[in-house]
Amino acid sequence: MSSDHARAELERTWRDPATLKGWICTLDHKAIGRRFIVTALLFFAAGGVLGGLMRHQLSEPGKTMLGPDLYNQVFSMHGTTMMFLFAVPVMQGIGLYFVPLMIGTRNTAFARMTACSYWVYLIGGLTLFTGFALNTGADAGWFAYVPLSGPEHGFGKRADFWNVLVNFTEAMGLMVAVDLTTTALKMRTPGMSLQRMPLFVWATLVSSIMIIFAMPTVMLGANLVQFDRMAGTHFFNAAEGGDVLLWQHVFWYFGHPEVYFIFIPALGFISAIIPTFARRPMFGHTAIVLSLIATGFLSFGLWVHHMYATNVPELGKSFFTAMSFMIAIPSAVQLFCWIATLWTGRVAMKSPLLFIVGFFVTLVIGGLTGIMLGSVPLDLQVHDTQFVVAHLHYVLIGGALFPLFGAVYYWFPKVYGRMLNERLGRWHFWLLFIGFNLTFFPLHVLGLDGMPRRIYTYSADSGWGPLNFLSWIGAMIDDLGLALFILNVLRTFWKGERASDNPWGAGTLEWATSSPPPPYNFERLPVVASLEPLWSPPAEGPREVVGLATNSREGLVTTVLDALPDVRYSYPSPSIWPVVAAFGVGLWLIWSIFSNKGMLIGLILPSIAFIAWYWPSQKEAAEELALEKRP
Amino acid sequence: MPMNDALHAAGPQAAWIGQLWWFTLWLCVAVFVALMAALAWALWRARRPAGAMPQPAPPSAGAERLARRWVSAAVLLSSLLLMGLLAASVLTDQRLATLSLDGALQIRVTAHQWWWEVEYEDPRPDRVFRTANEIVIPVGRSVVITLLADDVIHSFWVPNLHGKKDMIPGRTATIQLRADRAGTYVGRCAEYCGLQHAFMAYDVVALPADRFAAWQEHQLTPAPEPAGAAARRGHELFLTGSCMLCHAVQGTSANGRRAPDLTHFASRASIGAGQIANTSQALAQWIEDPQKLKPGVNMPAHLLPREDLAALVEYLETLR
Repeated sequence: MSSDHARAELERTWRDPATLKGWICTLDHKAIGRRFIVTALLFFAAGGVLGGLMRHQLSEPGKTMLGPDLYNQVFSMHGTTMMFLFAVPVMQGIGLYFVPLMIGTRNTAFARMTACSYWVYLIGGLTLFTGFALNTGADAGWFAYVPLSGPEHGFGKRADFWNVLVNFTEAMGLMVAVDLTTTALKMRTPGMSLQRMPLFVWATLVSSIMIIFAMPTVMLGANLVQFDRMAGTHFFNAAEGGDVLLWQHVFWYFGHPEVYFIFIPALGFISAIIPTFARRPMFGHTAIVLSLIATGFLSFGLWVHHMYATNVPELGKSFFTAMSFMIAIPSAVQLFCWIATLWTGRVAMKSPLLFIVGFFVTLVIGGLTGIMLGSVPLDLQVHDTQFVVAHLHYVLIGGALFPLFGAVYYWFPKVYGRMLNERLGRWHFWLLFIGFNLTFFPLHVLGLDGMPRRIYTYSADSGWGPLNFLSWIGAMIDDLGLALFILNVLRTFWKGERASDNPWGAGTLEWATSSPPPPYNFERLPVVASLEPLWSPPAEGPREVVGLATNSREGLVTTVLDALPDVRYSYPSPSIWPVVAAFGVGLWLIWSIFSNKGMLIGLILPSIAFIAWYWPSQKEAAEELALEKRP
Repeated sequence: MPMNDALHAAGPQAAWIGQLWWFTLWLCVAVFVALMAALAWALWRARRPAGAMPQPAPPSAGAERLARRWVSAAVLLSSLLLMGLLAASVLTDQRLATLSLDGALQIRVTAHQWWWEVEYEDPRPDRVFRTANEIVIPVGRSVVITLLADDVIHSFWVPNLHGKKDMIPGRTATIQLRADRAGTYVGRCAEYCGLQHAFMAYDVVALPADRFAAWQEHQLTPAPEPAGAAARRGHELFLTGSCMLCHAVQGTSANGRRAPDLTHFASRASIGAGQIANTSQALAQWIEDPQKLKPGVNMPAHLLPREDLAALVEYLETLR
């Protein structure tokens, strides 16, 4: 069978029909990943506008643009959007797009579930913003502390919207995490043993496993609050023997790992970008893998450092101080390994690497202020002040957003087949870098000056005016940088330079296929024998997997440790039912906010959808049987 | 610049934390400078002309060995520095916990949305008194403050004197502090508590021992009988209108506990927990429409005839 013929047949097998139904039902991990990324970036823009409104409101004392009620909704929605609707989905979207390419397979393991999860995410996010537009935006912060979000003090349906939709949207994170974990462990192309798995895939694997352990905690907690609100239970009612502090434990047991499962994929971007632009394999690959795993474990032992000001036992707090300091070590190991890689490499300073340098500067500041916050006495002074606002933005913007932009400049040519403009990229970087530091550095000082967080205004005699004004100027410069980014993307679609398959001369498998990749990713799955298969292909033995069917969606499952061929796997074919299920569950939960009857009747549609989804297809069974008899 | 920040300590607790702060800050600055220098040097020495994309190659074994040594040394040094910081942090914590409490003054502070109820405790019930949004303490004597919350979580924070302590419904916390310099220190609620979290401030006034004792005796006296027709009319309005449902004035039948005790209201600096300065004009505005000055506050508007309002203000001004 000729190569052209095989490609045509694979194309027929894997391409979605060019109809609306084909577009909605697609199971292509690249299409779904792209959707996640684009949607998350739109939510990022919405969250950014909310952040800009806050900086504007605080730019001078006594401003009345936002009243207290609106301001509280704005900051709650800003945090909720950035954490739940932007940071986690965008990292998962990039994982969905690149993990199968990097490990040389045709699709993710549970493509239908992931297809369902995108619609869950979209419905959840849009409903949250619809609520906000109707003056029912969350107003108890992204942390939604009880009793402020409880039945007695949480007005109207605001907290219900937060509880139900965060719960619903997080189901998305959980589903994608299960899919990515399975894909990384079982779908790697032959020869890609765990030792040869790219660092970005390691990072995605670690963060996905963390999501599987952390997400259910906040979902459970939000349900308990919702029970208190809807059914009159007393989980958090101190007057009836409940405990207010329980929510904080539950929330931060999820909330602290969440920061790390946003940060760890970003570490993966950096570990993908640095070897390419230092033109050498990563120094200390094993140390970095172990650091990622250690960070994942340790991040579950830090949650109480958000609660030092509460009256939990003092000795316990010291344990959490030690843990908070200890988690700095794996991060330090990675920083040192990256510097060593650059030091011993030959550096090509292109825009992706520029963003990584920006990451170094900002993340180190954020990490050091994080160490300050880990110390009980220092935290008691700066906790819940603008100092923490500064710290968390240094960690999240420095630690996740800068690497994210680096990743966008790095992988854009692979996804869209065109190079982003280098000059605009540099302008984008410098404006963002300067604007960011101008926005957030002064907040450290304001925090020490006694300015609390989450205040809608302040009086002139507090003396906080000038630094807040400076911060507002920084935010304007940031906006300019982000506008340049949008301009760069639009310009590239219009007349960007065409990208070759491997424009950066990188070593990992995603660059082995065309830009953009075909629906089936690789004509034949590559066999690998090293960490950078494109830099050092197998010297002997087969270089490609042969014998997989091209006329049906067939892939290869390999063993977890050594990636030896295990079984042939029939990928699912597109179906409308995952989409119907997402809408059904969404309608059910939204209905449940307004009516207890809805809680019951609303279950009918999702039940039908799930049954139809799993209904066995005779045609598929016959195909599989035929393949088994004569491959 | 006002001196209400965490680094201008007026007592031992804030001073200990301040010391730890400077120690940690300089150590962090040193680490930052060292890391940035290493990064800058790495990028400088390994740079290639713009646009060049050399062939990838593993570096020599010697360079790799050297890098391994440097990285190991840096990890070891970082771990040692972190241990040092941990020791400093735990020792500071211990100092904070061992403030001498001999003869300490006992105060009970209850946080409400959005004001502070302050009760001075005493073994003799007739020497217990209440005030609001202002905590007067003696210089040089330790104070143990019992912290309670009435509705949602609040947090007690006077940066010049100590770090913060959360006030959580259903839980009782305490904070120990001492002021060594006389002065007025601003305290603020530090835990987000709803609409008026921004304006939930209080003053901590540290007075020399003798002046504190005089203040305390004065607080124990009930409100004086109002003199003058207008003040008497105001007094009557206070007791027959809705004021007394929530407010208390000792020495009268007004016994409400839902809102600040007004027995010595006129001696306080602000209205509405730091919202506006306590002047007669501001007071009239406040009584007429508190929502305008502090949206969300639990006090309703009172549309009184002009002369009644003036009388009420006049009466409240007598509560010195």
